[in-house]
Amino acid sequence: MSREMTRRTFLKAAGVLTAAAAVPVGLVETVWGQKPGEKFTFAYISDPHITQIKGTEFVRNFERGLRKAVLEVNFMDPAPDFVVFGGDLAQLGKKEEFEHGLEIMKDLTVPVKWVIGEHDYYLDLGQYWQEKISPLYYSFDHKGVHFVVLTSILTDDDWTYRRWPTPEERMLQMARLDNPNGSPFMVKREQREWLMNDLAKISHETPLVVLSHSPLYKIFKPWNFWTDDAEEVQAILKPFKNVTVLHGHVHQVLYNQIGNIAFNAFMGTAWPWPYPVSYSQLPNAVPSITVLMNRADPFKERDGTGWGHLDVNGGMLHHYELWENTPRVVRVGGKMKTPEDTAYQNPAERILPQTHY
Amino acid sequence: MGKICISVLFLIVVLWVTPFWAGEVPLGLPPVPIPSDNPQSPEKIALGKRLFEDKRFSGDGTVSCANCHDSTKAFGDGLPTAEGIRKLKGTRNAPTVINAAYYEAQFWDGRRSSLEEQAKDPFVNPIEHGLSSHEPILETIRKDASYHAQFRSLFGIEPKDINIDHVVKAIASFERTAISGDSPFDRYLYGGDKTAMSESAIRGLEIYRVKGRCQDCHSLGQTYAIFTDNKFHNVGVGFKAIEPRMMQIANAFRKAKQEGKDIDKSVLGDREISELGRFVVTLRPSDIGGFKTSTLRNIAVTAPYMHDGSLQTLEEVVELYNKGGEKNPFLDSGIRPLNLTDQEKADLVAFLKSLTSPQFANVALPTSMKKE
Repeated sequence: MSREMTRRTFLKAAGVLTAAAAVPVGLVETVWGQKPGEKFTFAYISDPHITQIKGTEFVRNFERGLRKAVLEVNFMDPAPDFVVFGGDLAQLGKKEEFEHGLEIMKDLTVPVKWVIGEHDYYLDLGQYWQEKISPLYYSFDHKGVHFVVLTSILTDDDWTYRRWPTPEERMLQMARLDNPNGSPFMVKREQREWLMNDLAKISHETPLVVLSHSPLYKIFKPWNFWTDDAEEVQAILKPFKNVTVLHGHVHQVLYNQIGNIAFNAFMGTAWPWPYPVSYSQLPNAVPSITVLMNRADPFKERDGTGWGHLDVNGGMLHHYELWENTPRVVRVGGKMKTPEDTAYQNPAERILPQTHY
Repeated sequence: MGKICISVLFLIVVLWVTPFWAGEVPLGLPPVPIPSDNPQSPEKIALGKRLFEDKRFSGDGTVSCANCHDSTKAFGDGLPTAEGIRKLKGTRNAPTVINAAYYEAQFWDGRRSSLEEQAKDPFVNPIEHGLSSHEPILETIRKDASYHAQFRSLFGIEPKDINIDHVVKAIASFERTAISGDSPFDRYLYGGDKTAMSESAIRGLEIYRVKGRCQDCHSLGQTYAIFTDNKFHNVGVGFKAIEPRMMQIANAFRKAKQEGKDIDKSVLGDREISELGRFVVTLRPSDIGGFKTSTLRNIAVTAPYMHDGSLQTLEEVVELYNKGGEKNPFLDSGIRPLNLTDQEKADLVAFLKSLTSPQFANVALPTSMKKE
């Protein structure tokens, strides 16, 4: 749909946009949105980790996080065009967890684009997901933007098919942090080839949004903030002028720029992870441009969690709805060479962490 | 060493001789924050008190600030919701002015950031002082020669140049003197007097800190306590009334606000909008039904309770928190069932009653509020 879009027609369109909608200066150069009036918003909910205790009993805190996000997305006015679900609906991939999570998600009043996480995958290797929820990878076009959904949490065949006595054991191993018997995530050849074919049909001027669960770059291997074949995926995306990768998994505000690709992570609705920088024994590659999420108040169970939405309008504004904390907005695109927090990028403006409790 | 001694001596002398308005505070309170553009002075405080009590600044000449913030009623009014001109009822409980100087935001929803800005709104709210603008106040002051000398000496202005900012600066200065600490609790915790609180209240303090989860929001410091986190929380009080239609109400308000509708008039005049709480300021859905953590100082003499004055006694308030608030989709995550025993509840109430400062110990509760 957007293949014919060229830079020249966009600039013309952008000029009209500036006049008509007062697009913030600095956003108008990028090729986002096909023509004036094509600006749109979509929401992002990720990592609810619905956890069954037994029978119909689920971990209350996680369940309430997802319910809260769904309710708040429904409150958006105007409503978003769709919601991206960033993965890890379930904690241990159980049917009961999926069913309970879907029961909550069905209250959303807008369509959902599903991305699978490792907690959804490693019990039945995506069987329930594909039968009841969504394909594992696919693409779609929306108002001049090409969206690609990838399953980025695959591992090698030995680990996946041969290492573990039972699917339950495999799931538990995958759910374990700092696991010496773990395995790094991959997109793998089959999907990379599919991706190449899918993108072959798209003009390089077309803005591209890639949706994955894990970051398509390497941050910290022990926690799988990592995709092992990230460089190969990035190479496929390289010819495109504007690429944004949105991912979950890390349960925190995290953004980065590698070449032509901007990366943005969202919080989970279940719990916040610490940043790998807090684990000083091992090196990490937390992007220096990220203004870290300041989890100010450890007494608040929702602090550090939340959801987000993205305004696509000449560039992208990533809104982080940080519960029980100050909302953040990160701007991507336009004259900006790298994603930038609209309020706190300058160190002098930052909210200092609480040091006394 | 010598230097330190001299400094300490100097400090002691300064604290000793400095009158209250310049920074000395009762036991258990931090220094009063004073904005740099509105320094305190005895003259300004006196002028502020006079303005605070002047009933002419209202549509029918019957309402002053002191109507709802009555110093003989611990700067409250003892009513569930405030009453303005012609006995018009607002939607919210008049909060006490005592220690309001420590809040980072004013009103139950924090829609004003300073006492000065707060003081402007009730004058022109149709159900409070009921004026259509601030002009009649300024006219009254300009015509009343007894005000002129004070404005002249304080602000260096002639009567014709008096504006509402001068008026509210004086009022806010007066309000910054309405602070109180030195309660039995303060003497017990900060003054080292282990006999200042009853055994029951001492047990209640422990409940307050741990099992009751009270201090998560009603903060206690190491050297002082202002009993607020200056945040906004949904505990569910009054929310049932709007829950079935909350989305329509919120979206209608959002639209009205974007079209420039006055928030102050909406929240005090419309019970449904009032229940949106903090949302009216931020438009964040997670703020729906959130109200400011109010101070607990003098709580025993400032009934009734909650933003809508719907609870009559401290026992009822403790019961509300014990059951985990009123369930609703926006209930604050920290509000959850406490499973307090009857003894623990009684101890908690005893603790709350130890927060009354000596100057308000004899405030009479309205008959309807009295227990036993």
